[in-house]
Amino acid sequence: MSNIQTQSAEKPQFYLEEDHHPEGSTNLGFWLYLMSDCLIFATLFATYAVLGRNYAAGPAPADLFDLKLVAINTAMLLFSSITYGFAMLQMERGAKQETLFWLAVTGLFGLAFLGIELYEFHHMIHEGATPQRSAFLSAFFTLVGTHGLHVTFGIIWLVTLMVQVSKHGLIAENRRRLMCLSMFWHFLDVVWIGVFSVVYLMGVVG
Amino acid sequence: MSPIVRRLCQLSILLILPFMAGCDLVVMSPSGDIAQQQADLIVVSTVLMLLIIVPVLFLTLYFAWHYRHSNTKAKYDPEWHHSTRLEVVIWSAPLAIIIALGAITWISTHKLDPFRPLDRIDAERTIPEGTKPLEVEVVALDWKWLFFYPEYGVATVNEMAAPVDRPITFKITSSSVMNSFYVPALAGMIYAMPGMETKLHAVINKEGVFDGLSSNYSGPGFSHMRFKFHSLNEQGFDGWIAQVKQNGTALNRDAYLKLEKPSEKEPVRYYATVEDGLYRAILNVCATPGKMCMDEMMHIDMMGGAGLESHENRDRLKYDGGPIDINLRGHGEEHSAVEPAAGSQSTKNMPAEGMSHGNHSMQGMDMAKGDASEAPKTN
Amino acid sequence: MFSNPDLLKFIFGRLTLESIPYHEPILVATFAAVALGGIALCAFITYMKWWGPLWNDWITSIDHKKIGIMYIILAIVMLLRGFSDAIMMRIQQAIAFNGSEGYLPPHHYDQVFTAHGVIMIFFVAMPFVTGFMNFVVPLQIGARDVSFPFLNNFSFWMTTAGAIIVMISLFVGEFARTGWLAYPPLSGVEYSPGVGVDYYIWGLQVAGVGTTLSGINLIATIVKMRAPGMSFMKMPVFTWTSLCTNILIVATFPILTATLVLLSLDRYVGTNFFTNDLGGNPMMYINLIWIWGHPEVYILILPAFGIFSEVVATFSGKRLFGYASMVYATCAIMILSYLVWLHHFFTMGSGASVNAFFGITTMIISIPTGAKIFNWLFTIYRGRVRYEVPMLWTIGFMVTFVIGGMTGVMLAVPPADFVLHNSLFLIAHFHNVIIGGVLFGLMAGVTYWYPKAFGYKLDPFWGKMSFWFWFIGFYFAFMPLYVLGLMGITRRMSQFDDPSLQIWFVIAAIGAGMIAIGILSFIIQLVVSYIKREELKDETGDPWHGRTLEWSTSSPPPEYNFAFTPVVHDHDSWYDMKNRGYARPLQGFKPIHMPKNTGTGAILAALNIALAFGLIWYMWWLVVVSFVAIIAVAIGHTFNYKRDYYIPAETVSTEEGKRTELLAKQV
Repeated sequence: MSNIQTQSAEKPQFYLEEDHHPEGSTNLGFWLYLMSDCLIFATLFATYAVLGRNYAAGPAPADLFDLKLVAINTAMLLFSSITYGFAMLQMERGAKQETLFWLAVTGLFGLAFLGIELYEFHHMIHEGATPQRSAFLSAFFTLVGTHGLHVTFGIIWLVTLMVQVSKHGLIAENRRRLMCLSMFWHFLDVVWIGVFSVVYLMGVVG
Repeated sequence: MSPIVRRLCQLSILLILPFMAGCDLVVMSPSGDIAQQQADLIVVSTVLMLLIIVPVLFLTLYFAWHYRHSNTKAKYDPEWHHSTRLEVVIWSAPLAIIIALGAITWISTHKLDPFRPLDRIDAERTIPEGTKPLEVEVVALDWKWLFFYPEYGVATVNEMAAPVDRPITFKITSSSVMNSFYVPALAGMIYAMPGMETKLHAVINKEGVFDGLSSNYSGPGFSHMRFKFHSLNEQGFDGWIAQVKQNGTALNRDAYLKLEKPSEKEPVRYYATVEDGLYRAILNVCATPGKMCMDEMMHIDMMGGAGLESHENRDRLKYDGGPIDINLRGHGEEHSAVEPAAGSQSTKNMPAEGMSHGNHSMQGMDMAKGDASEAPKTN
Repeated sequence: MFSNPDLLKFIFGRLTLESIPYHEPILVATFAAVALGGIALCAFITYMKWWGPLWNDWITSIDHKKIGIMYIILAIVMLLRGFSDAIMMRIQQAIAFNGSEGYLPPHHYDQVFTAHGVIMIFFVAMPFVTGFMNFVVPLQIGARDVSFPFLNNFSFWMTTAGAIIVMISLFVGEFARTGWLAYPPLSGVEYSPGVGVDYYIWGLQVAGVGTTLSGINLIATIVKMRAPGMSFMKMPVFTWTSLCTNILIVATFPILTATLVLLSLDRYVGTNFFTNDLGGNPMMYINLIWIWGHPEVYILILPAFGIFSEVVATFSGKRLFGYASMVYATCAIMILSYLVWLHHFFTMGSGASVNAFFGITTMIISIPTGAKIFNWLFTIYRGRVRYEVPMLWTIGFMVTFVIGGMTGVMLAVPPADFVLHNSLFLIAHFHNVIIGGVLFGLMAGVTYWYPKAFGYKLDPFWGKMSFWFWFIGFYFAFMPLYVLGLMGITRRMSQFDDPSLQIWFVIAAIGAGMIAIGILSFIIQLVVSYIKREELKDETGDPWHGRTLEWSTSSPPPEYNFAFTPVVHDHDSWYDMKNRGYARPLQGFKPIHMPKNTGTGAILAALNIALAFGLIWYMWWLVVVSFVAIIAVAIGHTFNYKRDYYIPAETVSTEEGKRTELLAKQV
């Protein structure tokens, strides 16, 4: 919006003759959305910080978490972020098929992540460590589960986008959408790093 | 212009508000030293703020009048929009007042912290050496108040008494939901919360009967969750204790569990004896047999939990239990049906005048005069 | 088939005939009135053949002006509901003495005060404020629409859906009996097992989605869509306050959402966040809800401050005094509003240092607020004040608000708060700032921008009636509550023992009656002005000698707002343009790129109502069906790539031609 030279010496110009094209707001808007989502996670993290040691005379993190499994899980999500990066590189090149391929790989890593997480949940519930057991477990399942739900929606979105890309190609709209999903996906990665450190590492080690 | 007159009237009403303290503004003219200091603070902060509020109100009305459209004599300067000097003033004037008020706030908040033991009886008197505060353990039940007097081994419902000029230490908890313990004449309020203990240190300086209430909405019976606070001289207080001992029943766990059930407009009740550790059990939400006490749970949690083989602990910690009968909580009018059985027993043993709300305030006063003389005998 | 209880339970969940409050005469009468009114309205619309236009021009509209107007209509409708609750409470408290239970038993009264608070904050003040921001901000910054027009429509319908969910609770089931913030454990499933709290949760969650998205949308609009030359420090003050408000919305509503999610997990799944047992912590809810709740107060008041700033400058015929310090004050308030939440529960037993810290931060907010008051004051100074109705509201505000501010600072002193907290003094305080601040501002805004939206002014006589009844009624209604608070009387009581209090409640009820006349006058004003619209017509587009860009276009503005994007050189750019001989362009029009209407927002919101209804009544099939439908419709919407169109240059030319003629007539 600073493309106008202010006030020429004589009569100032009070309107634009040509079309005014404000730069796209999508990027900013999506960032704002991510920040609002980040606050939801912040609330859940805060909740976990407050309630995380209220075991209600029940199991504690050290009794429950299998760090090796979580490490594998973390790897899945990190790989998916990398492969999403490859997809974006291919998109920049305008290579539709390659983009789709890397998106598919990303989706598979995401599914693997979800599968391992569900296995972990199933295992814990089987051992009696249900979300109803203690405030610690309520906070744990809600924090990790909310992240998992985000990944699930990310995968649905990814599949939708793959259909749209294959239908319409890498047109401007689709590029913008892939860009948004990319931010979303990396954001989930960052949140997961937080979950991994605060919940799992500090729970077992600290 | 009449609006100006009207506004000035409103202003003057507001100005005298703090000074209307004479009549029945119990918050402004309380009978306890803590509440008195809190009232003084209201006056001080009001006066401090009036230093800026009054000029603002005056200027608003004056400017609004003077710069009216029809007054063409007034100076009109449509481009005047900045004055550094003026802006410094309009930021620093409120700042100065807030600095003063902030300092007062910091000091008074620490001095009047409800958790802090008292250091004086009133503005003139310090606490004599060796004075032991009266300890009262308060439980907010649905919807009545239970008071324990550990020193005397008695308990009461919906009535409490304290001797004049003796510091009181309240330990406050609740059985189910949040309430707030408030005797406006005595001291400010503090929340009563289940599984937690809040404290209040206060002292009452005048004899009389004062209102006590819950000041945090807690459900359908909330409006009548009130009690009378009797401030008695020393003899009167001894007499009151004697009366409780004489006319009261026993408060054991069974009686408590029945009392705990929701009920409204409970009559005053006396308990001559109290089962050992009952308050502690209520505080730790384990008055029900078989429940794990909260302090035990917290200890286990501190030690790192109870491991995977701890399923049975869950039921022992499920205090609120299954869903309560909806009607019980829902509709006030059905409550008379569920009045605690223990209650009806104890009412039988109580003197008739202890029953009704209207009378018992009088009864307290009578005790201060009459029954007091009999007190030593009963002891 | 209907004899099968399992099937019935599957279909209807916990909804039974008993859930319909047909034994409550007040509700039955209300329902009859609403139903008859609704049928009459539908019949009228059918008769006028308005269904098509209603759907095409309004419900599916993505025009920010129409959405803004619809927000305000929603707010006014809900104001009537919220105010009915207020009158009911005032009457109950005025008669429930001497052993009388009044006419509202506690289980009804408790719903009324909860609904009053929830509705007034979430479904009156919020949509009112959002409506103004929607309508005014793009016009003020010289934009043709908001950044995300579809999202705007969706946000509006989600807000409306939330309001509808709350309204359904009036006739199907019950509303929460917990107070407007639903503190646990009282709002937990053990102590509130009915559907009331669930109505509360889902009503707020659905509306909250709309609010958050509209916040994101308006921030993006203000940051990205300003006309060339309009730097941040040249933005109109209302736009500034809108920006800060929306930052607050985006930074707080997610916390509300998360907190309510945790509460609903406690209620639906049996988790232990806020329960008494198994390690839950109700105090955490109270902290979290107020971390949202306190900024929420500023979300409401900041736009009102913005409105007053515009009104004062316009009607004093003078530039706003201290623009820069106004902006800094707004930003300071925005930041500080996050540092004060604990003052809502000094009495919960935090340590003295914590209480003192939050008490002092609270007082610090009064410094920028005080600076604002002085700025308005010195805007009037050396001005030429025209006492049109918006200016009356503004002066009324300045007088009333400082009193509310003063009592607010009193409440911020923790030891004083210990005796005033939860008392009627507190009630009087926040009504003093919300009515005297927010509501007066909104009423000023309605009168100020009405001609811009509809092309004719509001009738000043009824406007003045409305103002004086509101203004005097307010003092009658709330000054007694200050006194009662100092007598140690607590809020939310439905019955009283002490007969000496009654007189004060009677005065308060009379005040509420006067406010009712004020509201009635406002509605009469709308009707009278519509009838006299020819007489009150404004053809200039600038009836008040305005100073900001919205007054540079016609009233009502064309769909595209500005035929040519304005270029800004100074604050008060329209005033600047008028001063420096701006000539309206008469030719050279180009096709204008605009977004297309869509019904997806309304459909998604309707599905959300179904989803919420299913969740409230445990109709799990409905939950599944509507949830899947929501996802399907949302995905389906993304397959629509043709979302825009061009308004042909000829159309623009005709539109502008009409305006040229109108303006020529003026001279």
